[in-house]
Amino acid sequence: MSDDVIVQCIDVNTKFGAHHVLKNVNLTVRPGETVGLVGESGSGKTTLGRAILGIGPVSSGRILFEGNDIAGVAPRDRKGNAASIQAVFQDPYTSLNPSMTIEDILVEPIVARRQASLEEARARVRTLLDQVNLPSDAAYRYPREFSGGQRQRVAIARALALSPHLIVCDEPVSALDLSTQQRVLDLFVEIQDRTGVAYLFVSHDLSVVRHISHRVAVMRGGEIVEFGGCDQVTADPRHDYTKRLLLAAPVADPVRQADRRAALRALNTGA
Amino acid sequence: MSAATPAPAPATSGRESLVLSVLTNPLGLIAAILLVLVITTAVFAPLIAPFAPGDLQIFKINAPPGDGYLLGGDGSGRDIFSRLVFGARNTLIGALIALSVAAAIGVTAGLFAGYFGGRREIVMSWIADGLMALPALIVLLAFYQSLGSSIQVSMVIFGIMLSPGFYRLTRNLVNGVKHELYVDAARVSGLSDMRIIARHILLVIRAPVIIQTSIVAGISIVIQAGLEFLGLGDPSVPTWGGMLQDAFANMFVVPTAILWPGLAISITVASFVLLANAIRDRLQQGNRTASVSKMPKVEAKPVGAAPTESDLLLDIRDLVVGYPGKAGWAEVVKGVSLQLRRGEVLGLVGESGSGKTQTAFSVLGLLSTGGRILSGSIWFDGRDIANLPEDEMQKLRGKRIAYVPQEPMSNLDPAFRIGFQLTEPMMTVLGISRSEAKARALELLAKVGMPDPMRTFKAYPHQVSGGMAQRVLIARAISCNPDLLIADEPTTALDVTVQAEVLELLRDLQAEMGMSVILVTHNFGVVADICHRVSVMKDGQVVETADVRTLFANPQHDYTKMLLGAVLDDVTPRTYAPRTLKEISA
Repeated sequence: MSDDVIVQCIDVNTKFGAHHVLKNVNLTVRPGETVGLVGESGSGKTTLGRAILGIGPVSSGRILFEGNDIAGVAPRDRKGNAASIQAVFQDPYTSLNPSMTIEDILVEPIVARRQASLEEARARVRTLLDQVNLPSDAAYRYPREFSGGQRQRVAIARALALSPHLIVCDEPVSALDLSTQQRVLDLFVEIQDRTGVAYLFVSHDLSVVRHISHRVAVMRGGEIVEFGGCDQVTADPRHDYTKRLLLAAPVADPVRQADRRAALRALNTGA
Repeated sequence: MSAATPAPAPATSGRESLVLSVLTNPLGLIAAILLVLVITTAVFAPLIAPFAPGDLQIFKINAPPGDGYLLGGDGSGRDIFSRLVFGARNTLIGALIALSVAAAIGVTAGLFAGYFGGRREIVMSWIADGLMALPALIVLLAFYQSLGSSIQVSMVIFGIMLSPGFYRLTRNLVNGVKHELYVDAARVSGLSDMRIIARHILLVIRAPVIIQTSIVAGISIVIQAGLEFLGLGDPSVPTWGGMLQDAFANMFVVPTAILWPGLAISITVASFVLLANAIRDRLQQGNRTASVSKMPKVEAKPVGAAPTESDLLLDIRDLVVGYPGKAGWAEVVKGVSLQLRRGEVLGLVGESGSGKTQTAFSVLGLLSTGGRILSGSIWFDGRDIANLPEDEMQKLRGKRIAYVPQEPMSNLDPAFRIGFQLTEPMMTVLGISRSEAKARALELLAKVGMPDPMRTFKAYPHQVSGGMAQRVLIARAISCNPDLLIADEPTTALDVTVQAEVLELLRDLQAEMGMSVILVTHNFGVVADICHRVSVMKDGQVVETADVRTLFANPQHDYTKMLLGAVLDDVTPRTYAPRTLKEISA
């Protein structure tokens, strides 16, 4: 196994009954890299993320994590670094248990993996909160006392608790306001630069994906239609669907937006 | 982005506050005190009762109160008060047995069936349904025949008969929470299913189970007393039901004796039920805002005179909107002034809680419960419609002022065909016949880009996609040629390619029909795409209004600059510095 790939999906297929949700998906993520996974609803991007996390089914194919096949292995049965793959989910309002304090939430993964005793884990909470720029007294409060952006910081802290090599981020900023969104994205980048964690960053928003990714994969109907460097995919897309997706997202500039609109119309009528 | 009511005050943490607020409810407090009394009596029965329950004094048979016997003597000459006290103990033990058995079986089975689902759930549900179909009293009588007179055994069997109630409740609750993201997060963290069930699921669903427990406790006391009254108890053990039976036998000698066990049963059962109600009220109340009736009276007076420019369709002046809060009215819109010309598209942009939706809903006269326009005017076509009576407002809404919502699917009734939902308002508002309305609906569906209008007309909402549903709602909105269309985040729930199509449709329709549009959004791209003018809102106020090109080219207010700075268009992609696994493991 080469040293420069952290996760590799090989011909991954997932079927829910008659629905073929993932079709021969091939994807690699390198250490310390962000791969953006962009697509519309029903494209299969979330299903792929859940398959890598071990909480979604895989019908056939392999998912190699640092060389070991983890396809279809539940998180609690995973060994070594694969056990530390973590997730940050879309909705910060439902991804934190409302009945638990922030400390309980952050301690849980550490204790579950028997990485430390309860006392040691509690001592680590302050460091975790510090990493996501939350005050240490946040530990004794409940999720409902925090704003959406702050909750998402708690979710990121939970994901960092096991010092993972890979975090699957499923639309982690789409529920946030514009200004909050930018601060949370900056936090993701800062953490990556410091720790070398890799992200699989699932989003429907191309501008978010462009902001944070090194490489971008475009999904449609369960297939990856284009996969390449961020600049190439988002500035000079090869596939027609990627072009349409790019042009469909309105930009915050009335003059340029008028041009893009015309270009999209031309593309749609030409196609 | 939805109708943002003021944020509830942060609740104090968890369980303490629930107990406290149940006790501040007068009925809850009384019930709790009574139950504590009954339980204390049961626990300390030998200390409280002056006589042993079996002590009989032959000359005190059916004696009146007094002479050592506080409540008199029963049919065998035993002290009624002492028997009542010991009866509390035995009655509560019986209820506790039934309750424990029912909860242990029902909750455990419900947790597993709900969490794992599949075949396990089917089998367990069959068993539960089967148990529920059995008449409990007959089963108990049958077991009494074969197992003898122990009321404890009867209560174990009764507990099994009661367990389906707990099972169904728990299973439904678990089904409601098992797909929450925090359960997924716990699985990713490596927690076993057992720990997830214990830590995450049971913790979240505990409140309704506690309520059920309290109610079932009451039911078990009643049934137990009933069994004993029928003579199915052990005559040597003092219980309330047994006392009832004894008193009933002597009813014509001492009519009052039946009162004491009767009262004990009624008060205890009522306390359990009232306590359950108090807990339920508290949980349902949740974030209930203060009542409007307690708020200071307000009457918005027109600000200034009607605008003279006939070109000005809408002129909002110093609009203040409030919701009842703990300390008077909490204002969510604080003095907003906006102007909208005929044929103009105005973007109302801001972050969540900025008051943009509330401003738009004021124009529609559709504020959420409790919301009021506290002051200011909304001049619509020369008339102040702020706080217009509801029947007057209804004549405007849907006819001259139309609305396109954020969530297309939740704004179509799943029980009716799309055609019906389109024609019905047209027949009411325009007063046209059904066949005319149908012809017009088909025309509109074609106009909003439906490839096969007839098919959509006959379809149910779940048979069309989200984008199609939004087109249907746009068709409904424009069906009466409105002067003003209010669109609240009309494309937020849609995929980006569908969003582009819907914006295109809105733009074409607006140009063709010349209507004015207020578009509420948080997306500056959408603003740049379709709006002529923009108002930026923050904390209930408009911080800047400008022509769309001016705003993007030359924003004036710091907040606008900050928001535009946070837009992620045109960022330079990051460059990947290759790392090895060894590096990051270090």
